[in-house]
Amino acid sequence: MRIAVLLKPVPDIVEQLEVAPDGRDLARDELTYRLNEFDDYALEEALRLKAAGAAEVVALALDSDEADSVLYTAIAKGADRAIKVTGAPEDARDPRAGALMFAAALRPLQADLVLAGVQAPDDLEGQTPPLVGAALGLPHASVVTGIELSGTSVTVTQEFSGGLVAKLQGDLPVVLGVQASREPPRYAAVSRVRAAMASGKLETVAVDVPLSAPRVELRRLYKPETTSHAEMLDGATNDAAAKLAGILRERGFGGR
Amino acid sequence: MGAQDPYGRIPRIIEKDAVIDGVELPGQWSRMFEQRVIWSHDTEGLDAIRAIPGAESLGNCYQCGKCTAVCPVDIVGDYSPRKIYRQIQIGIDLMDSPDLWLCTTCANCLRVCPKDVNMVEIMPAVRERAIALGKNVPPELAKAFENTLRHGNPMGEPARKRADWVAGAGVPVRILAKDPRPVDVLWWVECYPSYDPRGKQAAQALARLLTALGVDFAILGVEEKCSCDSQRLAGERGLFEMLAEQNIKTLGKYSFQRMLVTDPHALNAFKLHYPKLGATYDVIHYTKLLAPRVQELGLARPLEVKVTFHDPCYLGRHNGEYSAPRTLIQAIPGVEYVEMGRSKENSYCCGGGGGGMWLDSFTADHVTERLSERRVREAVEAGAEILAISCPYEVSRFEDAVKTTGNAGKLIVRDIAELLDAARPAAVN
Repeated sequence: MRIAVLLKPVPDIVEQLEVAPDGRDLARDELTYRLNEFDDYALEEALRLKAAGAAEVVALALDSDEADSVLYTAIAKGADRAIKVTGAPEDARDPRAGALMFAAALRPLQADLVLAGVQAPDDLEGQTPPLVGAALGLPHASVVTGIELSGTSVTVTQEFSGGLVAKLQGDLPVVLGVQASREPPRYAAVSRVRAAMASGKLETVAVDVPLSAPRVELRRLYKPETTSHAEMLDGATNDAAAKLAGILRERGFGGR
Repeated sequence: MGAQDPYGRIPRIIEKDAVIDGVELPGQWSRMFEQRVIWSHDTEGLDAIRAIPGAESLGNCYQCGKCTAVCPVDIVGDYSPRKIYRQIQIGIDLMDSPDLWLCTTCANCLRVCPKDVNMVEIMPAVRERAIALGKNVPPELAKAFENTLRHGNPMGEPARKRADWVAGAGVPVRILAKDPRPVDVLWWVECYPSYDPRGKQAAQALARLLTALGVDFAILGVEEKCSCDSQRLAGERGLFEMLAEQNIKTLGKYSFQRMLVTDPHALNAFKLHYPKLGATYDVIHYTKLLAPRVQELGLARPLEVKVTFHDPCYLGRHNGEYSAPRTLIQAIPGVEYVEMGRSKENSYCCGGGGGGMWLDSFTADHVTERLSERRVREAVEAGAEILAISCPYEVSRFEDAVKTTGNAGKLIVRDIAELLDAARPAAVN
């Protein structure tokens, strides 16, 4: 059993985010990074599955300045292997480009289970898990809150809106977007992270991903702009209520 | 020897008088003359703990129980070093026990221990091992560790806002990154005075006092990171060493004569633990710096109020300073100083030390009341209207406890710097 976990460092939003002067990216020099919260859940779930039965956990991250720290922390937490995926095109932050790179690195790994965080601050649509699944030709499920393995089959708990929960069953291998782990992510002692760094147990895999298909081009990044204000209705209750009724009627609510 | 005793006791030999090395003793033989055989338990658990560097002295315990009488956690719960020893004896693994996280490293047990069982070293060592083995760290503590690693403070506040408090000081506060000229006193502000709303007020008051005394002082500002002593005591030695290395490097950039600390935990770090990493500083707590010069502050506005003082564990028991805070409080005109029953060497503990600051919810499940609540009730019982403090951990703990014990309106909590500032003639507040 081999479980691959896809990890991504994302800007830490504790510090105030600034837009770069060209208006097309964050001012990245000012940023500090942390592991995407949902990826941390995916890693924790992988390590819990490993503890429950024999499995090898392989952590992967796309090449960046912060990838090393994220991968060594994964080793410190109990991942068996950590792979830095290099060969990133200029814009590997595009979820599709990232997914294709992950898929290229995953293909030779032949993982039985691929876990990734359901979404990230820069991928709120949660594109990475389905795109990786599609690129590998594997079944996919997202918003996963529970994973049970039994031989070559997997039962997945998936959350829907309105408090509904579904149980899905399928055959391995699958790609899952993890929403929550069964336990909070474990803590990796700094001494263990440092020991992992000293061991230098990081593998590097170069991938070559032609990105010919159309991609999303970011044209402008900006803070939300105020376009309208709430209007306060002053005056006595009856007058305010009459004004409110008038406005609602005017906007087409309430019929006659 | 007679038949096997049903309780496994070694039968006493009473047929003959006691003869030891040919000397006839005026009494009967008893097992006291023989090597004591430990038959009630095996020593495996204890041996495992004693094998951890730093935790050796747990083996010294001979179960006298003096620690139990003074342990601040036992007073509100069921925990003491003697009990820890006994639990390990009967096979409870300390690394899986909630007791591992309850010790605040207040050192009152060490003060009375006839055998030098040093929980201040034992607990951090065993915690460190437990964390390294991947045992469950209470999530709120893990969060504080991660925050410290990522942002340089346990609260997870933005590193870039560390010096924002100076804007409200009303006096100029020099920041070395902007003005790196040599300075007499480098003031190590520390995390809670930099970020906590009440801590900031005390820091601002202290800035005004230093200015009034004409002290040549400066701060590191955003370059300062947590001195990390409490994280070390909570079991994260690696984190402590990492931040200490960074802090030592930053301090090495500037020229200063003395280091002033607001926080007794920083005092402990710089006085006792940074030197082990090769960095020695002439470090002084703010009460010690102010006490000999209190007359120069010209305190003239009487505060007609009864004040008591809570000795911080890391200023008092750990670093031996009891008089400076009392000198300062008693110099304020109009103040009637009252002492609590537990004070000075036997002071109670606010519950914040040794990582307790970040284990509040966890600890609450194992005690009948918070340590801070117990202490606040003691202050009220002593007749105090103001509980004076000189450790930035305490203000939030005690102010919360004043509310939860129903003492709002009866007791207020003030840092000594705030009291002095309020008593100054030109004070605006």
